[in-house]
Amino acid sequence: MTALPVHSNRVLLAKLCVVVVVMFGFGFAMIPFYNKICDVTGLRDIDLADKVNNTQIDTSRSIRIELDANLNKLPWRFRPLTPIVSVHPGELAQVVYEVENTTDRPMTGQAVPSYGPRRAGEYFKKLECFCFTKQSFTPHEKRQMTVVFVVDPKLPGDVATITLSYTFFEVEGNKT
Amino acid sequence: MSSIPHDHVAGHAHDDHAHHPSGIMRWITTTNHKDIGTLYLWFSMIMFLAGGVLALTIRTELFQPGLQIVDPEFFNSLTTLHGLIMIFGAIMPAAVGFANWQVPLMIGAPDMAFARMNNWSFWLLPFAATLLISSFLVPGGAAAGGWTMYAPLSVQAGMGMDFTIFAVHILGASSIMGAINIITTILNLRAPGMTLMKMPLFVWTWLITAYLLIAVMPVLAGAVTMLLTDRHFGTSFFNAAGGGDPVMFQHIFWFFGHPEVYIMILPSFGIVSTILPAFSRKPLFGYASMVYATGSIAILSFIVWAHHMFTVGMPAAGQVFFMYATMLIAVPTGVKVFNWVATMWKGSLTFETPMLFAIGFIFLFTMGGFTGLVLAITPVDIQLQDTYYVVAHFHYVLVAGSLFAFFGGIYYWLPKWSGRMYDETLGKWHFWLSMIFFNVTFFPMHFLGLAGMPRRIPDYATQFADWNMVASIGAFGFGLSQILFLYTVLKAIRFGPRAPARPWEGSDTLEWTLPSPVPYHTFETPPAVV
Repeated sequence: MTALPVHSNRVLLAKLCVVVVVMFGFGFAMIPFYNKICDVTGLRDIDLADKVNNTQIDTSRSIRIELDANLNKLPWRFRPLTPIVSVHPGELAQVVYEVENTTDRPMTGQAVPSYGPRRAGEYFKKLECFCFTKQSFTPHEKRQMTVVFVVDPKLPGDVATITLSYTFFEVEGNKT
Repeated sequence: MSSIPHDHVAGHAHDDHAHHPSGIMRWITTTNHKDIGTLYLWFSMIMFLAGGVLALTIRTELFQPGLQIVDPEFFNSLTTLHGLIMIFGAIMPAAVGFANWQVPLMIGAPDMAFARMNNWSFWLLPFAATLLISSFLVPGGAAAGGWTMYAPLSVQAGMGMDFTIFAVHILGASSIMGAINIITTILNLRAPGMTLMKMPLFVWTWLITAYLLIAVMPVLAGAVTMLLTDRHFGTSFFNAAGGGDPVMFQHIFWFFGHPEVYIMILPSFGIVSTILPAFSRKPLFGYASMVYATGSIAILSFIVWAHHMFTVGMPAAGQVFFMYATMLIAVPTGVKVFNWVATMWKGSLTFETPMLFAIGFIFLFTMGGFTGLVLAITPVDIQLQDTYYVVAHFHYVLVAGSLFAFFGGIYYWLPKWSGRMYDETLGKWHFWLSMIFFNVTFFPMHFLGLAGMPRRIPDYATQFADWNMVASIGAFGFGLSQILFLYTVLKAIRFGPRAPARPWEGSDTLEWTLPSPVPYHTFETPPAVV
């Protein structure tokens, strides 16, 4: 066991250092692994169009949709053309947002939706949305962009108002 | 743990070998495991007091509802730095200090395997600690997003976060080197006849802890490296706008973070498993099952990390898996608690200070374990996430767990290390004051958490006022009790009566075959182990 301690110590040192290096790499390897799990389980599929199976319109209820627009450290203008709309569950509706790149450089952004109350999100089916893709703007370009959606009639009865909120982030890799 | 040069007790043949520089250069250049163990322990004592000052500032602010003495932003820095300093500055270095002193002595090795690396791994610590503490002074203040450094706050935070990241890098490098040293020492330098299953349990728990360290500290280093490149070099690991995911930080962090909590507790298990048989005058009950239980806890610690993040929105199948895996850890932990109690069963018990701390450890750590089981239940955790219930839980396992065991270990081995006995009356006072004030501080936090008080908040609703006041009073009592600990240790080192070679009649590990204080060089000829 201790015949050549110095030599065997160095061998063990080398082996343990390999473990350290491998585990350092493992931390980084968790990222593709984690992305794969999210792909398989669909956890992050917020940028895909939803499918609507039941198009029965429930005219007995009206849902108030409040539209909200935020910018994350972007010198843009971003607003909904109509801040509040009223829809029946199951009814196909369309709203329009307006975005303006107020800077002198071309910029690319990505809008991320969120919902209030949070549990309303799974009943809010977007068929078309500017948030599904990155949006590029030339300097001072102003553009109107639409969201087409259906509120699922299975929406719990106590939800009468849904806030749809978008936040635009700049896509950093496209900075010039 | 004497900070003064060793006394030359008559009859120490080995002291002839103690040629070392005197004064400060002795400590800077030392490669002696005993000196380095002493340095580690004093360093962690200083960090413990520094972290304690932060804790008492927190408790002063929380003494009454409303904002009295600190800004909310600074309050957040206090909770963040309190956590980082106590974990990486106090508990972990103290555990390495115990390993430095005791592992070579308990396995009959002359020193650590890589003596110079040992010096380096200690002397990195003061620099890391300086970085961490000086971050209070930079523009924007110290990191304030919690010790867990969650993205996106940590990506957006000011310069203090960069100080924290570099400090964590240095602390991680130090821990990894320390762990490699300990593994190599244990595997290669055992005295002839000291087979693995004859090793004292403290050595076993440290061997397993060291493996955990080299497995997960590099993952933490990777996580904070990603934070650094996200902050300054345009990567988007955790930045949603660039295609990253802040939740992924939590996954990587807790893959480190959960084994980390066992890194902090397993050496304490080892210390308690050493103290209990000595004062029960019986061998440890179920030695082999203790070894296997420790190994099982270590392995399970790798598959439970997501119980820290039940509220991030993971699929129900994931929640169920992590819930049951977490509860499974209660089985080997229960084996250990059972064995400790069975060690005392029908033993010839005496209640010196180390034993009091060991029994206090069992009692309070088990309570912390039970609240951990409560938190493992996903639906309950969703209710209690980020409340004071969680704060109560982890202080029961970390303060009354790790720290109480370390106190016990200091009292137990101080006669061997310094050659002097501590004052038993003062030791008992320290134990009872700590025990009472610990519970006064942290038991009410269960109530606060169940009532819904969130953690890391400088102000709170008035219905929480009474128990917060009680907790604050307890915290000051607990803090002052630790000054008594410092005094007791210093008094023992300076003025304590000479300790015999084997002051505890039930102790049977190798270090007690050596004179007290232990000579500067020991076991240059390996002892015979039967």
